[in-house]
Amino acid sequence: MKILVTIKQVPDTATQVKIGGDGKQIDTAGITWIVSPYDEFAVEEALRIKEKRGQGEVVAVSLGPDRVKEALRSALAMGCDRAIHVNDPALAGADTLTTARVLAAVVKQEAPGLVLCGRQAIDDDMGAVGAQMAEVLGWPCASWIMEETIDGDGKTVKVGRQVEGGLEIFELPLPAVLSAQKGINEPRYPTLKGIMGAKKKEIKDLKAADLGVTAVTPELSISALEALPARPPGRIIPGEVKDSVKELVRALREDAKAI
Amino acid sequence: MAGAFWCVVEDDRKGQPKKVMAEVLGEAARLGGSVEALWLTDKATDDGLKQLGAWGAKKVWLIENAGLAPYRGEVWVPPVAELVAKENPKAILAPVTSRQREFMARLAAKLGVGLSADSVALAMNGDALVATRPIYAGKLLSKVTWAKQPWMATLRPNVFKPAEAQAGASAGVERVSATIPGAQMKFVERREEASTGLPELTEAEIVLSGGRGMKGPENYVILEELGGIIGAAVGASRAAVDAGWRPHRFQIGQTGRTISPKLYMGFGVSGAIQHLAGMRTSKIIVAVNKDPEAPIFKIADYGIVGDLFEVVPELTKEFKKLLEK
Repeated sequence: MKILVTIKQVPDTATQVKIGGDGKQIDTAGITWIVSPYDEFAVEEALRIKEKRGQGEVVAVSLGPDRVKEALRSALAMGCDRAIHVNDPALAGADTLTTARVLAAVVKQEAPGLVLCGRQAIDDDMGAVGAQMAEVLGWPCASWIMEETIDGDGKTVKVGRQVEGGLEIFELPLPAVLSAQKGINEPRYPTLKGIMGAKKKEIKDLKAADLGVTAVTPELSISALEALPARPPGRIIPGEVKDSVKELVRALREDAKAI
Repeated sequence: MAGAFWCVVEDDRKGQPKKVMAEVLGEAARLGGSVEALWLTDKATDDGLKQLGAWGAKKVWLIENAGLAPYRGEVWVPPVAELVAKENPKAILAPVTSRQREFMARLAAKLGVGLSADSVALAMNGDALVATRPIYAGKLLSKVTWAKQPWMATLRPNVFKPAEAQAGASAGVERVSATIPGAQMKFVERREEASTGLPELTEAEIVLSGGRGMKGPENYVILEELGGIIGAAVGASRAAVDAGWRPHRFQIGQTGRTISPKLYMGFGVSGAIQHLAGMRTSKIIVAVNKDPEAPIFKIADYGIVGDLFEVVPELTKEFKKLLEK
């Protein structure tokens, strides 16, 4: 079975992000980039499916500028077989829907049996691309999955979707789109051999035109980025535990009216 | 009617809209829209319909069909897309919940419009809607606008001011006769989580969170005891979840749940950026930590530098006294 995994390169959580000169984008100077953690769960799950079935191919796909090659290399180092890089300045302002359409076009070209993605990317936290890709493709999808089992002949997949208060178990016909939630697995670290091998694996470059995607006008645009409003200064309550707790409870009740 | 603000109903799966709908309907009214609810369910109740009216819905578009439960995007999207094409709402709003998150994304793709997910503020700027949403682990806020209507947005729970229930206000119910497509996805079963008897993390007005300072899984019982008294949910930091002390569904933070309660109290939580990403929009933040340098004190409204194992039992005692009054 061919499995396609979509990944996104995002700033490391610990990185400082600053608003850029245009006020609409961040200043990317000095940023450490990583593969969005949820996408690593997706890559890991795809590799496990391939290993369990003893055959198949895992293809990593990403959209973005030149630096995204690095994210694709890490997916290849984890064990993906090859990668596709949609690298086109015309897609720089892509919103989730444009991204979903572009990725769906890649899916149509590749015709995988399964598409895996992370539940959301940790930069813009939209969490929309997986479901939107499924809608564009007309495929069933299950989001926030905690477990999956593909049947022997690769025709259906049984998944556990995390919802409030429990797990909902569904059986989906393949092909389908699944988005991975934390807890589904523990992603592997690339081995030295994996890292060396990744350098020889293929990363195919594609332009929007190769995918039949034209005029990219975003449906949702950022008009401004803003720093967080400062929180009012806090108060450390000193004293013996008994007294400080008494004062805290009083303050929560009377000043903050929080309880 | 054309130009209405539609609020997609999140219900308790038993025919009753969830409390968070008061926030969504209240916000739609505040924006000056004609407020209407859109309810997809296998079974609506009269009480539930009345409740939506009391929270300000002038009309309820009701799509009631056994095939709609449990939620599946492929089944929900087509009838709604059909209705949207006919009625041309100005905006479609929904609370952030597991199904609305996916449904709204799929519907936006079907309609070919933008979606602002997990919005924390909405405002009219002339004739245009502007949404505010946290990005980059909550380190920045982004303002977003739409190229065309309907404007679609999901709203973070506990952030928007709820509508006050108006007794006697009622909504006109419009039953929609739509074709419900058959599902490719087959429902197998629902596995309930062991109930803690405490509120759900993302819905709770008060959340207690235990970090690495809890020292082990056995100690969360003291937080659960306090939670039972003040009606709080109990969550955990990533450090505690990764150590295997709490199941992942209790994790607060970037790779866990995003919460915005009225009151957040962190015990032995250091306040790493990825934790703050999941709770920094809480209204009041309390931190209890032995380490006076813990970053969480920087965003806390109230802090106690001390041993949580002394502070928590004392808090339980004090709150018990207070609430017994």
